[in-house]
Amino acid sequence: MTVPALPELTPVPELAPVTAVENYLTDDMSLRSWLFTLDHKRIGILFIITLTLFFFIGGAAAALIRIDLIDPAGLAPPALYNRMFTAHGILMVWFFLLPIIPAGLGNFVLPLMIGAHDVAFPRLNLMSWYILAISGGLAFAAIFIGGLDTGWTFYEPFTADFTNGHVIMALAAVFLSGFSSISTGLNFIVTTHRLRAPGMTWYRLPVFVWTIYATSVIFVLATPVLAATLLMSAVQRFLHVGVFDPALGGDPILFQHLFWFYSHPAVYIMILPGMGVVSELIPCFARKPLFGYEFVVWSSIGLAIIGFLVWGHHMFVAGISVYSALVFSMMSFFVAVPSAIKVFNWTATLHDGWISFDAPMLYALGFVILFTIGGLTGLFVATLGFDEYVHDTYFVIAHFHYIMVGGMVSAFFGGLHYWWPKMTGRLYNEWWARIAALLIFFGFNLTFFPQFILGYLGMPRRLYAYPPEWQFWNVLSSAGAAVLAVAYALPLFYLGWSLFRGERAGPNPWGATGLEWQTPSPPPKHNFETTPIVTRGPYQYTPEPIPQNA
Amino acid sequence: MTRFLPYTASTLSHEVNWLYLGLLIIAFCVLLLVVGMMATFCVRYRRASATVRGGPVKSFRFEIAWTSATFLGFIGLFFWGAFVYLDARTPPRDAVPIYVLGKQWMWKVEHPGGQSEINTLHVPIGRPIRLVLASQDVIHDFFVPAFRVKYDVVPGRYEDLWFEAITVGRYPFFCSQLCGTFHADMRGWVVTMEPADFAKWLAAQGPSESLALQGKALFHQYGCSGCHEPRSTIHAPLLAGLYGRPVALQGGGFIIADEAYIRDQILMNKHIPAGYPPKMPHFAGHISEEDVLKLIAYIKSLASAPGSAR
Repeated sequence: MTVPALPELTPVPELAPVTAVENYLTDDMSLRSWLFTLDHKRIGILFIITLTLFFFIGGAAAALIRIDLIDPAGLAPPALYNRMFTAHGILMVWFFLLPIIPAGLGNFVLPLMIGAHDVAFPRLNLMSWYILAISGGLAFAAIFIGGLDTGWTFYEPFTADFTNGHVIMALAAVFLSGFSSISTGLNFIVTTHRLRAPGMTWYRLPVFVWTIYATSVIFVLATPVLAATLLMSAVQRFLHVGVFDPALGGDPILFQHLFWFYSHPAVYIMILPGMGVVSELIPCFARKPLFGYEFVVWSSIGLAIIGFLVWGHHMFVAGISVYSALVFSMMSFFVAVPSAIKVFNWTATLHDGWISFDAPMLYALGFVILFTIGGLTGLFVATLGFDEYVHDTYFVIAHFHYIMVGGMVSAFFGGLHYWWPKMTGRLYNEWWARIAALLIFFGFNLTFFPQFILGYLGMPRRLYAYPPEWQFWNVLSSAGAAVLAVAYALPLFYLGWSLFRGERAGPNPWGATGLEWQTPSPPPKHNFETTPIVTRGPYQYTPEPIPQNA
Repeated sequence: MTRFLPYTASTLSHEVNWLYLGLLIIAFCVLLLVVGMMATFCVRYRRASATVRGGPVKSFRFEIAWTSATFLGFIGLFFWGAFVYLDARTPPRDAVPIYVLGKQWMWKVEHPGGQSEINTLHVPIGRPIRLVLASQDVIHDFFVPAFRVKYDVVPGRYEDLWFEAITVGRYPFFCSQLCGTFHADMRGWVVTMEPADFAKWLAAQGPSESLALQGKALFHQYGCSGCHEPRSTIHAPLLAGLYGRPVALQGGGFIIADEAYIRDQILMNKHIPAGYPPKMPHFAGHISEEDVLKLIAYIKSLASAPGSAR
């Protein structure tokens, strides 16, 4: 009684290609209409364009770092090198990784996914983009006119008294960008609470919405702490009020506590949305419901909560008491549990599936592998006795790049390819997309795996020069960075080509179940002709997709 | 040739090596499990494959199983790491103190005998050494990969780290916390020697006054002796036997008079000992970190003297 394989996977009724149909792109083509738009879809695209620009500037800084390190003596002057890694850190963290999926992709798809016509506060949404664009411009200007060498962490008292860079300008930029984070977070929280379509109960929400929701909560709760901290730093630099500078009676460790109280939860801002994207991609391309939906959902919430209680693991060798180190280490292990749950669930989703390997799925599978490596090495650095050795070395650099770049950036590319037909109404060249995905995976590992070894050999971070016996691994890493640079540039070309020449996409090219696919591509200005009525949970692939509003 | 492993040159290095090996094995097994399952499923359940697919699987048991398995594994790792860390952070009582002062961009080392060196640290093997770390300016971090020890050197306070070298050799140390333009150049060498050779090396450093004696001179120069010597008529605590003892504080409570305490008292009169209203001027900004270290060495040398901290 064997069941013959291959069920008919009809790629969803071929509607007439939506060419000249009125949609959010054709509604009004003027520049003015873009700059004053209140449409979440357009704002999402504005975010993606702006942030991609910062991504490439931050990437150029990374390229200079890797070029410098080809030679043990350092090819760049130290002052330039220090400015480059500072620029790289500031741009990538605040002006790419934090906002890219929530404010970029999230802005575009979250309202569509819950069957809403827009976000709750469209004007606030537009304001958030302006704030981010202006603050990013300010950060870039600070870097362009001379830069700063504090590292993205602005540690005290170095920042207070011992550096002459454009610190205040950079602090102001980061401070300002926080308002964008808070506005976007607040907007999504209210949108998720208030604007779900009829029948879209909490347990019917796609996991992407849950993760953006959890991220938004962190945005709103953590960002003010960063703002307060940076403000105190600036006040100290300007007015010599001793807050963090021991020479003025302040406490430098206090700065680290406050900074990481924000910056550790921010790590979850930088990975939760990626987890959300992957939770959409894997069921869709495996033609299977997500394994353990509730567990994936609640592990996201768990991450957002426990993520607030582990900041001290950035300070195991910074002068905190042994006992608090013990507590923070234990909490750090706890926070790894929800991440492990997710990895197992994604893997289990593949079981019994009808898996296809389109480009978004390649990114998703790459994400799971790289995130697993990043997560497992996270255990290494959560282990006190080992962290005491590799803290502030390349081991840590490699670890968090596996999460942030291997994880989050892969997820972003996966999501971008997945929703590209929805955003633009066009398909891209599948083969080029697959080549780029594989090249990114390969280049990434070549860049960052050697850094684990360098870290274990004891190479501290932020060195412009190093002992010659570490050159081999550094050269490998730099070679990987070259591959990665090409791989990241590739999508610019084939996606750019697709914008003008790509084949028209139907409303649902992947045969997915989410509400965003049950409306034309590109969607009409107000998303849905009629408000969808949701009748079932997400990911009902049997393997035939059953739309959430069917 | 490329090196694949760091030097292993202290007692702690072995503990950390084992811990690393344990972590590596666990990580490798988990990675193999996840990637293996992914690969198997991707091949077996690729869209074109005719493999029979089963019905829906109840997820609950799996969830409980892998959640509790990871949880228990993590608890085990936590304890293992915690024991190694406690070991690394608890210097033996008989550890020899050596003072290390970090400043942009060099390390100055002061041995108790008054010998000092720059960007080099000579130590004997087979004896626990405790480095007392101080910074003149920003946060530095003293990191000796071969010993698997590192700790931030924070201005305004003392930190310490300890190790016991086991092999004779020359091992690099680094600054591991961004401290400015030439952060990368703030490195040097630990030279480990047989105790006899070390003694010879110390002796060969030329006649030098011990840190404590240099401190004694400073004790008079800065006017400390005017109040803190037994002859003084001013009501101030005597310092003989102070080091290492608990001091009763105004308003209750005790504090152990360690290096950090003595430093805070000299510079800021931070704690008020019971019965001594704060009269002493603050010396912060008037005494360099180096001189503070010498004063502390002097006060420590009084520890064995009879009498008590009044």
